[in-house]
Amino acid sequence: MNRVVSQRMFTWTELMGFVVLAALIFVVLPMTMDVFRLNLFGKYLTYAFVALGLVLCWGAGGILSLGQGVFFGLGGYCMAMFLKLEASSPENTAIQSTPGIPDFMDWNQVTYLPWWWEPFHYLPFALVAVVLVPVALSFVIGVAMFRRRVGGVYFAIITQAIAAILTILIIGQQGYTGGVNGITDLRTMLGWDIRTDDAKVILYFVNAVLLFACLFMAHFVRRSKLGRLLIAIRDREDRVRFSGYDVANFKIFVFCLGCAFAGIGGAMFTLQVGFMSPSFVGIVPSIEMVIFCAVGGRYSIFGAVYGTLLVNWAKTALSESFPELWLFAMGALFIGVVLAFPSGVAGLYNDWIETPIRKALRRSRGPVIAEPAVQQPNPAE
Amino acid sequence: MSDNDKTRGIFPPLSRRGMLLGSAALSASLFMPKGLRAQDYPTAQVNTSGLAVTDDTVTVGILHSVTGTMAISETGSVQAEKLAIDQINAQGGVLGRKIQFIQEDGASDWPTFAEKARKLLVNDKVASVMGCWTSASRKAVLPVFEQYNGMLYYPTFYEGLEQSPNVIYTGQEATQQIIAGIDWVTNEKGAKTFYLLGSDYIWPRTSNKIARKHIEDKLGLKVVGEEYYPLGHTQFNSVINKIRLRKPDVIYAIVVGGSNVAFYKQLKAAGIDMTEEKPVLLTISVTEDEIRGIGGENIEGAYACMKYFQSLQNENNDTFVAAFKDMWGSDMVIGDVTQAAYLGPWLWKLAVEKAGSFDVDKVREASPDIEFPQAPEGYVRIHENHHLWSRTRVGRAKADGQYEVVFETEDLVEPDPFPEGYQ
Repeated sequence: MNRVVSQRMFTWTELMGFVVLAALIFVVLPMTMDVFRLNLFGKYLTYAFVALGLVLCWGAGGILSLGQGVFFGLGGYCMAMFLKLEASSPENTAIQSTPGIPDFMDWNQVTYLPWWWEPFHYLPFALVAVVLVPVALSFVIGVAMFRRRVGGVYFAIITQAIAAILTILIIGQQGYTGGVNGITDLRTMLGWDIRTDDAKVILYFVNAVLLFACLFMAHFVRRSKLGRLLIAIRDREDRVRFSGYDVANFKIFVFCLGCAFAGIGGAMFTLQVGFMSPSFVGIVPSIEMVIFCAVGGRYSIFGAVYGTLLVNWAKTALSESFPELWLFAMGALFIGVVLAFPSGVAGLYNDWIETPIRKALRRSRGPVIAEPAVQQPNPAE
Repeated sequence: MSDNDKTRGIFPPLSRRGMLLGSAALSASLFMPKGLRAQDYPTAQVNTSGLAVTDDTVTVGILHSVTGTMAISETGSVQAEKLAIDQINAQGGVLGRKIQFIQEDGASDWPTFAEKARKLLVNDKVASVMGCWTSASRKAVLPVFEQYNGMLYYPTFYEGLEQSPNVIYTGQEATQQIIAGIDWVTNEKGAKTFYLLGSDYIWPRTSNKIARKHIEDKLGLKVVGEEYYPLGHTQFNSVINKIRLRKPDVIYAIVVGGSNVAFYKQLKAAGIDMTEEKPVLLTISVTEDEIRGIGGENIEGAYACMKYFQSLQNENNDTFVAAFKDMWGSDMVIGDVTQAAYLGPWLWKLAVEKAGSFDVDKVREASPDIEFPQAPEGYVRIHENHHLWSRTRVGRAKADGQYEVVFETEDLVEPDPFPEGYQ
């Protein structure tokens, strides 16, 4: 039984999970939502990339990063720089003292395009940068931290500090980054107007396809020997090390992968929302992203998506109905989740739906050797 | 104030005699609404672009932060806008239709502003939106308003360098606020040297750029220092030491938000006594709202340059302050932006009635030259560039948290969002 599980790509429940989520994202939401709401859900789904990365890093690998906003933001900024340059053609910016450069540079008396903006004239470069820039930074952080065996709380604090540093850097260098305002008024991508309703629907589906690609990748990582090692590292790091594995390399890999997901999410965010600002980079958004993952259930890749959708939808709905009180309701929701079901929505599903069904099936079939649960959270954690 | 007055708002119903006497003096457009009935303006005629207008009501949006760091500043704007809407409704509404509003929370987060703006325009089809405070939030919603052709009434004094067909700027742009103040401090206080400092974002930087050009190029005086600190910064001791060292005649401060509290307390602790007028402190970013946080005793003697102070002595303002306190509590203070926010619904109403239509294109066309003599700050008029002609005033902070007006420009100052020679 055990061997069968490890060789098959999906168990039936996992396959069902993919099918149900695909039905929700590809059919139910587009059928029931108008373009405005669909665009909102598209935005929520970009956060799901980050939550998915956190499921791998935190849920599987035990690496809690409180700075995922950094990587989301870097991906988003790379995309925004390309779009901004396209929107700043000399004809569009004729009113400025230096036409042809982004408007915020003009406001800040920058009179030439900085050299590191130049490559962002080219879409292929920007697309590669969306993934590569976050990965490069996470690689440096990973090597510096994990090789020195910095982990747990210390790692969380350091990533949080990095989020703070990057925010200060972006805000301080407003002539080059747009400062607090961010990079706004993005219009076209290679001449294609990204603000129209049609574009929003298309971008939603592109986003959904990319998310599924990442979900599959995350699933395969979890299925592979690497995924098993990650869980082993999470639960008993020293034993894995004593068995001869280089723990740091595994951690670096999974951290970089999570950050690559975040970068893709950031880029899709910029495309769908039409701008990028430091308010996605700092400490608060980074912690919010961890909350999405925690509410969904940090051990489940589907939980990450459902959790993100649930929290963000609640945020929108509550703030529309109670503009002055909604933050209290959100606070209550988080406290409720943590107190009532610490493994999030996915844990709730496992305890109340999946396990009873399995038990019932087992009873009807007679005694079978129990299937090992795919992920068994360490209760001591 | 009696209950009766409260329901009437600042435009008490006119007696026949008052009508005869007053109509000559006041703009005729203001009396039009008295006779306007919805049935004279069929919905199909006044709304050809599918806005949320029925035979009895018209819906507008209010979009400010009521949560997050900006809530403390923006709450006053929300209150002023609600007051104006109440008063307009008490007077019969706009084209015979009562104003309803949908309030959304920008949550001090620029992307949320953009999202809520889209919701208001696309889902709710509001006829106009009163809202935003920071430049960042305005920059975030601007593309949305231009794409969906909405109309935004933006209340904050700001850096200029912008002129959107979809925005009416009811606060002052930078040159209106800055130049008169610097001229005043030069003429009245004989200032020769200036020290500029501010929070690090576009408004203080642009404002100081204009101030420096004016000081150095037009007046031939000297700037002895210019520095910026991140938003939320609370350690100003090093800059205060530099100020003491260089002994400028004027400290020109554009510190915003919570940083103000630390700045003025530390300034006082360092022994710079603003009541002695050496050096003079001139700010363009501290309204009565901020003084509530700073504490009147810490800022007493400083000068502020803006278009409105709660202590303005005129009939319009007396009625406005009384109505505001009546609605929101007697301990309320009213700052420059709050007053500018109050103008939003009124200017929109006047433009709609001049256009005879709620359609945004027609309202935009009707907006230039709209006059509003009953504004608490005094007569204002909309310029072709969508900013207001307004007076600039200098006030001196008192220990009780109010300003004493010590100077006001003789004429209305023309708004000039793209000033030549100051770029």
